[in-house]
Amino acid sequence: MEAEEMNKSFENDYNSIVQSASFQTLLSEKKKFIIPFTIFFFCFYFALPILTSYSKVLNTKFIGEITWAWVFAFLQFIMTWGLCMLYSKKAAKFDDLTKQIKSERGME
Amino acid sequence: MNTPAFLMFLAIVFVTLIITYYASKKTKNASEFYTAGGGLTGWQNGLAIAGDYMSAASFLGIAGAVALTGFDGFFYSIGFLVAYLVVLYLVAEPLRNLGKYTFADMIAARFNAKKIRGFAAMNTVAISIFYMIAQLVGAGALIKLLLGLEYTTSVLIVGVLMTVYVIFGGMHATSWVQIIKAILLMGGTLAISIIVFAKFNFSVTDMFAQMKTATPLKNAFLNPGVKYKDGIDTLSLNMGLVLGTAGLPHILVRFFTVKDAKTARSSVVYATWIIGIFYVMTIFLGFGAAAFVGTDKIVAANPAGNMAAPLLAKALGGNMLFAFISAVAFATILAVVAGLVLTAASAFAHDFYNEILKKGKATEKQQVNMARWAAIGVSVLSIILALGAQTLNVAFLVSLAFAVAASANLPVIIYTIYWKRFNTTGAVWAMIIGLISSVGLVIFSPNVFSPEAGAAIFVGEPLFPYTTPGIVSIPLGFIAGYLGTIFSRQRADVKKYEEVLVKSNTGISLSDNS
Repeated sequence: MEAEEMNKSFENDYNSIVQSASFQTLLSEKKKFIIPFTIFFFCFYFALPILTSYSKVLNTKFIGEITWAWVFAFLQFIMTWGLCMLYSKKAAKFDDLTKQIKSERGME
Repeated sequence: MNTPAFLMFLAIVFVTLIITYYASKKTKNASEFYTAGGGLTGWQNGLAIAGDYMSAASFLGIAGAVALTGFDGFFYSIGFLVAYLVVLYLVAEPLRNLGKYTFADMIAARFNAKKIRGFAAMNTVAISIFYMIAQLVGAGALIKLLLGLEYTTSVLIVGVLMTVYVIFGGMHATSWVQIIKAILLMGGTLAISIIVFAKFNFSVTDMFAQMKTATPLKNAFLNPGVKYKDGIDTLSLNMGLVLGTAGLPHILVRFFTVKDAKTARSSVVYATWIIGIFYVMTIFLGFGAAAFVGTDKIVAANPAGNMAAPLLAKALGGNMLFAFISAVAFATILAVVAGLVLTAASAFAHDFYNEILKKGKATEKQQVNMARWAAIGVSVLSIILALGAQTLNVAFLVSLAFAVAASANLPVIIYTIYWKRFNTTGAVWAMIIGLISSVGLVIFSPNVFSPEAGAAIFVGEPLFPYTTPGIVSIPLGFIAGYLGTIFSRQRADVKKYEEVLVKSNTGISLSDNS
């Protein structure tokens, strides 16, 4: 986008923000991260009740009397915490992109 | 009457009333009342979310469910926690960027139609009341067990207190009651878990080995399938749990108490850590209760297992620990019901009274007054309903509220943020069909109709075979939103969607009057 085009009349509408390259980058970066991970955590989550309902595979022992069902259940916790941290990290990048969009438009 | 318990109950009531008194001095306008002026930090809000979320269902209900059904009870813990990923990844930040006081604000940011606001407010009130019944049932059972008061009296005591917090203290008092409760609950649960773990020689393998023979279920206790024998029923429960949180109005409201999306995000992360650690400890609560209290005594105190955690405290640490844990459970319930009453009252006063009846022109004072009256109305209604539901497990009752939230609210939230073509008709269809199908299926479920006398509210064959409605009603909510949009002649408002897209992703608002 040329600098001289950044005049005031054009600055203040949502359409121009949506059209801008930096906003499109933000959107595509977000999509690239959020969609695959959302699909992943849903699959991981529903795998547990599906496996416990339709197979006995998780009833086999892991260590002592602890079965794989409990291990998988605990992994759900690890997965949740892990994805939480990952999101925070990624979101910091999104914040930078947002800042860039704002500074291009002379906000902040 | 248990004297130490009574004194601790009094202490909690006293402390929370002091908080309410100071909060009431700060609560001058509508923004302070609805959202504490948006001034909480990430940490504070994270604790308050955790305090709002770890309800009687989590503490009393899951402990009882794990104690009585083993692994199947733990499904609740998992679903309640993983649900926060849905909140964090899909809902929290856009919601903060689009809304102001209530979840209806966010939908209205895209569709400025009164009826949409009306339906969103109606869903909020319905879900909150469903949720509140569960909390009041837990409170009633608890006070009855502890102080020997009648169930009815107990429910009334909690009802009056929650109304007082909300009427006088608004969101300030509610948040601080939630924060303090979260700390007390984590402390109490940690203490019990350590004692239980010590009894198993701090060995997880020992614990499992002993649990194999500790209950009448024997080995089955450690395996899935004690309670949820039907695959579809299990999936339905899990679906409602994982998708419900992102549609729960009283949780969504918490994102408006912080200043921006970034703080909303960090509060979810804090909350997820706290809540996750708590849910890991529900294993110790449940196993401990099954092993050291015993199935018979748990069932004798409450058929649904709601008293397992306090009874465990008694078995482990005598009367003092029992009194302390019961007081913590009491504080837990108070904090959650206050949040629920506030949410329902805000929806009524802000969305229905101010935006619809007064066309957005009500004064600050009128709005706050209306919210206070609404708080009284909501409290009275939920108290009456709770008096009829005392034999049901509170975790189970809450899972129904989750299913309704996932069916009636989540589709419209997701479509509003992410679907360009979505329109007013779709939004109305999604909300109505989601609400009617989820509530309707509950009414015709085995929880309400059972051929066995006394097992449910009515005697008869259930028309719907599954205990939770999620597996049917959640897809129905999404399908209704889709079909409503496709079949209406209304064109998609691309301009409005661009505005939503920019606001929800960046927080940029060009005309600062939303």
